[in-house]
Amino acid sequence: MRVERVISDENDSFPVGMRVLAVDDDPTCLLLLETLLTKCKYNVTTTSQAITALKMLRENKNKFDLVISDVHMPDMDGFKLLELVGLEMDLPVIMLSANGDTKLVMKGITHGACDYLLKPVRIEELQNIWQHVIRRKKFDRKDQDGSGSQDKPYIDSSEAAGLGNVDQNGKFNKKRKDQNEDEDEERDENGHDNEDLSTQKKPRVVWSVELHRKFVAAVNQLGVEKAVPKKILELMNVENLTRENVASHLQKFRLYLKRISCVANQQANMAAALGSVDSTHLRMGTMNGLGNFHTLAGPDQIHNAAFRSFQHSGVLRRLNTPAGVGISGLPSSGLVQLSPVQNLGNTSTYQRKLQSFVIPGNHNANILQGMPMSLEFDQLQNNRAASHVGQFPSVDNTTVLPVSSISGSLIDAGCSNSPLLGVTSNSLLLEGSSQLPTLHASNLRDSVSGFPNRSTLSDFTSIAPASNQLHGSKADIQDQAFPISCNAGKIISSAPQDWNAPKKDAPYQSNVPSCSINSLRAVNGDMAQLGQCLDQNNPIFNRNVGFDFVDPLSIKCSEGENLAMEPSVIEKEGYLMVQPSRQGIYIPDNEGENFAMEPSVIEKEGYLIVQPRRQGSYIPGNLGSLEDLASAMTKQDHDKGKPTDGDFGYNDYSLRTCI
Amino acid sequence: MERNPMRRQLAIMRQSLFDQGHVDEQFVQLEELQDDANPNFVEEVVTLYYRDSARIILNIEQALERKPFDFRKLDAYMHQFKGSSSSIGAKKVKAESTLFREYCKSGNGEGCMRSFQQLKKEYATLRKKLGAYFQLARQAGPVETASRPK
Repeated sequence: MRVERVISDENDSFPVGMRVLAVDDDPTCLLLLETLLTKCKYNVTTTSQAITALKMLRENKNKFDLVISDVHMPDMDGFKLLELVGLEMDLPVIMLSANGDTKLVMKGITHGACDYLLKPVRIEELQNIWQHVIRRKKFDRKDQDGSGSQDKPYIDSSEAAGLGNVDQNGKFNKKRKDQNEDEDEERDENGHDNEDLSTQKKPRVVWSVELHRKFVAAVNQLGVEKAVPKKILELMNVENLTRENVASHLQKFRLYLKRISCVANQQANMAAALGSVDSTHLRMGTMNGLGNFHTLAGPDQIHNAAFRSFQHSGVLRRLNTPAGVGISGLPSSGLVQLSPVQNLGNTSTYQRKLQSFVIPGNHNANILQGMPMSLEFDQLQNNRAASHVGQFPSVDNTTVLPVSSISGSLIDAGCSNSPLLGVTSNSLLLEGSSQLPTLHASNLRDSVSGFPNRSTLSDFTSIAPASNQLHGSKADIQDQAFPISCNAGKIISSAPQDWNAPKKDAPYQSNVPSCSINSLRAVNGDMAQLGQCLDQNNPIFNRNVGFDFVDPLSIKCSEGENLAMEPSVIEKEGYLMVQPSRQGIYIPDNEGENFAMEPSVIEKEGYLIVQPRRQGSYIPGNLGSLEDLASAMTKQDHDKGKPTDGDFGYNDYSLRTCI
Repeated sequence: MERNPMRRQLAIMRQSLFDQGHVDEQFVQLEELQDDANPNFVEEVVTLYYRDSARIILNIEQALERKPFDFRKLDAYMHQFKGSSSSIGAKKVKAESTLFREYCKSGNGEGCMRSFQQLKKEYATLRKKLGAYFQLARQAGPVETASRPK
């Protein structure tokens, strides 16, 4: 009977049974939401904790069709969750809030939300949310179709599989599949169906850290501005990946970068001193976006726009961005820590990457070394730079790890703090960063821990935000970074951001980088990019590294407090953006000079602005490493830590995070 | 039957809640969600609201005891409170929370305190009224089960 119903209703019954995950810390609203959704005949699962929600989503990617989340939550910022979900699971996310401020809504959009509802929510509004699911599937499908073969088998199989219960073989096109799945879901088949489909050919491409890294590398190679899906696809050389997949991912990535750059800007402003950031940014240059950063770097901060683009790629890298990132406490900064330091395990691979990454450029080690990276690190800075790669001076954690090795090295280095905090694990480049005080590497880690050890995250997470400072921020960043971490891991490499982190504050320094990383992760899809970026970090990182990868993020840090200032901003941006919350950390790219802030200033911004969300879960701190580095670097150079960019530093911070 | 008078009384009570501005359209939404599967939904939600919001009220009170005022925090608490209040349709309470937030944004400590006092009053009044309303509703019994008089 069910089957029959399904079959006949196949077309009509959707959205019946659509699986929604509702997240809201307010029990009253949650109960209301649940009842409303049930009334709409959806299949509802609720949780009051974002962390739990993430866990559920990660456990089984195909368990849900849609996520509705509140914006203000105690354990994690709704936007961060949004990013993460978007990146990792590529699910449509609807934001919910009692506050309908245009700014917030805008933020939701930039973070990838497909809708923004105001509380109290009315049933009429919920009755139409299924459109987001369909739309997305369609889009995915299209991508898939593009690849052709991929889809076909998928369809067949999926249909069969999906339909499993339904029996609809062949009848359902992919879209239906989803619907069917939904229906199946009701029957409890969903998960199953989904699985089948997955095995067959998931309509949705999962942007794993590796994949994202490749993506970011490709984008960097081509230049963010010039990156076109076709070329990226070619460069990536991955089977079963369609141009459409890449296109949509690129779109997300760009959004991410943009976001980061915005944050970075803010940070940059804050960091003003970061100055050096510019140079670091340059590093990221590869990311095209990053390159722009240079330009950005100069001026104040990472201009969001510029960075943004970069950031994406660079952002991840940037994560570390320094100062900002490192900023202790990076406020939310995106410092996404690339994968929580904890993940170090993952990072190992990543690290390797990073290492290689880092080293290239002069590595970062140089940079890092040169970079005052994270002021906090103090120690780090000096030395290490490239070689550090693993070294992450455990400086507080936030060592901004020279991005390159940071992650890898961080972990290896045993950076105690995992310089990138999260990043280290991730490869947050804390490399050499002479130990940039990876943002609380520990923080990152902690934060990162929040994140499932997605390897990516670990990668990112650590952007070891400027250790000292970042600690605080890092934690956030880590969280943030964490999301990014996924990808971030890679980014972390870029984390050299921290260098920028003006030593002074370096608080955030690394954070930034990490942040991005986190964001990367979070953003799942985007993150992938970031992650890739991170990976890319190597290249980027190198880039940055060379330049003082002051990571915008870190650079920001230098401002010491600059970053801090942005905490809110960063927090928001937190995700990906390694918010150099700490402003100080932003080691303004060593004042720019060191880093050759590559044009890709992006790095600054670009980095995955791993927002070192405080969230703790993320290891936004990761940036620490970069940040630290950055800050250390900047510190040296700048006393202020204000990265040359000052702003940029800050912004860079975000960018940097991208590392 | 008794039910009728009771139901009539219930209807009057309900209407006055609206007329006096204690609840708004959202309350109707809650009522609409109540059905056989969920016969006491409105009461459940309101109970949950009072339980959870009590905590927030306490937080705000404590925050108001610390000088200088941390307006950001106060605003954040109130934002939360406002969200839940609007979810159950508590009109006056919601309006007062908005006012409170305005004061927070402008850093007006005095205004905050005053507004908060007023808010607590409204909050308590609403609670009493709703409490009486639900009690009567329970006595009146679900329409379907209306049968012989008690």
